[in-house]
Amino acid sequence: MQAKTTILSLPTEEFVHPGTRACTGCGLAIAYRVGLKALGKNTILVVPPSCLTVLQGLFPVASTKLPCLNVTFASTAAAATGILATLKSQGKTNIQVAAWAGDGGTSDIGLQALSGAAERGDNFIYLCYDNEGYMNTGVQRSGTTPLGAITANTPFKGKLQQKKDVPAIMAAHHLSYVATCSAAYPLDLYDKIIRCKDMPGAKYFHIHIPCPPGWGYDPRYGIKVGRLAVETGYYDLYEIVNGEFKLTAASEKLVEKRKLVPVREYFRAQSRFKILTDEQIADIQNQIDAKWAAYYKKDEQQ
Amino acid sequence: MHIIEDGNAAAALGVKLCRANVIAAYPITPQTPLTEKLSEYVELGEMKAEYIPVESEHSAMAVCIAASSTGARAFTATSANGLLYMHEQIQWAAGARLPIVMCVVNRAVGAPWNVWNDQQDSISQRDTGWIQMYCADHQQIIDSVIKAFWLAEKVSIPIMVCYDGYLLSHTFMPFDLPDQEKVDAFLPPFKPEYALNPDEPASLNTVTLPDVRIDVHGELAHGYMEIRYLLQEELRTSLAVAAAAEKRFAEIFGRGGDPYIEPYRCDDADYVAVGLGSLTYQLRVSVDALRKEDIKVGVMGIRFYRPFPDEAIANALKGKKGVIVFEKALSYGYEGALASDLKSALYEHLAGTGHLPLVQNFIAGIGGREIRTDDLTQTLRAATQSRIAKEPTWIGLKL
Repeated sequence: MQAKTTILSLPTEEFVHPGTRACTGCGLAIAYRVGLKALGKNTILVVPPSCLTVLQGLFPVASTKLPCLNVTFASTAAAATGILATLKSQGKTNIQVAAWAGDGGTSDIGLQALSGAAERGDNFIYLCYDNEGYMNTGVQRSGTTPLGAITANTPFKGKLQQKKDVPAIMAAHHLSYVATCSAAYPLDLYDKIIRCKDMPGAKYFHIHIPCPPGWGYDPRYGIKVGRLAVETGYYDLYEIVNGEFKLTAASEKLVEKRKLVPVREYFRAQSRFKILTDEQIADIQNQIDAKWAAYYKKDEQQ
Repeated sequence: MHIIEDGNAAAALGVKLCRANVIAAYPITPQTPLTEKLSEYVELGEMKAEYIPVESEHSAMAVCIAASSTGARAFTATSANGLLYMHEQIQWAAGARLPIVMCVVNRAVGAPWNVWNDQQDSISQRDTGWIQMYCADHQQIIDSVIKAFWLAEKVSIPIMVCYDGYLLSHTFMPFDLPDQEKVDAFLPPFKPEYALNPDEPASLNTVTLPDVRIDVHGELAHGYMEIRYLLQEELRTSLAVAAAAEKRFAEIFGRGGDPYIEPYRCDDADYVAVGLGSLTYQLRVSVDALRKEDIKVGVMGIRFYRPFPDEAIANALKGKKGVIVFEKALSYGYEGALASDLKSALYEHLAGTGHLPLVQNFIAGIGGREIRTDDLTQTLRAATQSRIAKEPTWIGLKL
């Protein structure tokens, strides 16, 4: 087991220049900054249109110190395949290819290409930063927008459907590594990237990204909101290593504590959930409790 | 060495001789035998390349775009709806100035479903910023693939090598298989100006503003409009580079001709039939028949459709009484796209000279409808006698 990285042992080399075009308090800016530290200098990035395209800067200025190929919305993972194939033909085996795409670019329009690359076993890291909507185009619903969230195109009733479980879809591709992370726990993201770097085939990361304009909270509370999602048991941090599921980091600790923060606190910290009724929240709380009862039971059996 | 193979094999052999590094393909009829052949070469170790069996045509072009951006000689092939599914990526490859070569094995597009030959697929990609070459036989297919890689890499513009599905892709014909040493002499390894690598980080295809912008060194960088203008300008000047490619090819391989057009019995002709692809060779039979009746007709195949060799075409057609355009595609709502382009070229170069030919337009072979040579001969004969009643006129329509 590798030692846990702390804020003191985190490498100081930066791959994102200061002063990006990200919104104030953007969760992605944190995850990207720390994620690139873990990926390291010898990396080629692939980015489809998304908030990250904006963060990257406008030609001829770039905010990232790593080579980056900007590609069309639906083609992220296939582009990673093309880079990998070329590096292989050039005999360059030490370069990491990493794709960073949003939740719409992953769970909706990019899912076919991602599934194809995963099935082919292409050796790269795919990181989906999930701010739970098409935030770059002005907060429309995506496949991973949660039930009840108000968005620009679910303006009054909120989203009526469940969040799509993309990590489970990716786990069904028999990947060597699937992990969930949160921008509120950046060191966990760092450690997980380091852990999976040498594993074979495609590695999938799903990163929960609090978004001040999309979720409706004061930018200063981004970390708090992100942590509440985990502490309430609403969003779980886990790894699936060669098919083995294991809660990790803060979620693992929740199993030890046997105590979840009521999910109401997470919902009430954001304006996007303002139409959720007490009954709906109670219903969601029941679902969370049932999910965690299963986690506790599994823990007791071990 | 002369061999007898089908048109798809001719294309595959061309790609092998060009030592493509990355091949990505998704199966679609009638392209499949071409890409199957390539997978065979790679699996048998006859070709040192990465063959990527992608999950869609959109991804096939994505792989080619990324591979080319990383410094690979990249190839793909498709047909019909596969080409249409790629459309976004096709525009992207041209905008990113990547010298990808793609064979388009021409087939009708849906709806309704139809797997037979016409040219609506590649014609509908006319305005994407790609170079388009059309082949009339197997020799032209293999030679065009080889020339295409050289030209694409010279001008940093992707190229479609188009040939008719079944009529060429699935028929066997003798052709000369170029020697590997000669191809290597013709086509040096691909060395792009920039390829993605961590030692020289650069962000490619980032958001580019409507106006120019100062970079970190104080230099003025292009805006989107300048980048797009250069694509147009360099497409136009690539016509001259194509002539250089033809000359270089002729020097090494001992065959070649006019890089843009392929005239047959046109010199003394009063009327010239014009078309793209194998149809122009079929028209030669009609021309020969009509010549026996003392009707002075010729036929001209257009090998380069984009960039459009307007000047060469206008020069070749100057003073003719009539130009009869046969097409297996059209710009729905108007007429054949080639007819429109021809009229524009003739008007541009010949208006006011007194040598402007009359242009008539026929649509044939849509969705693989059989084109009988007798019908072509009859149509051509009639077109030399009187102006057709309706533009365009569909040949062989049973309504």
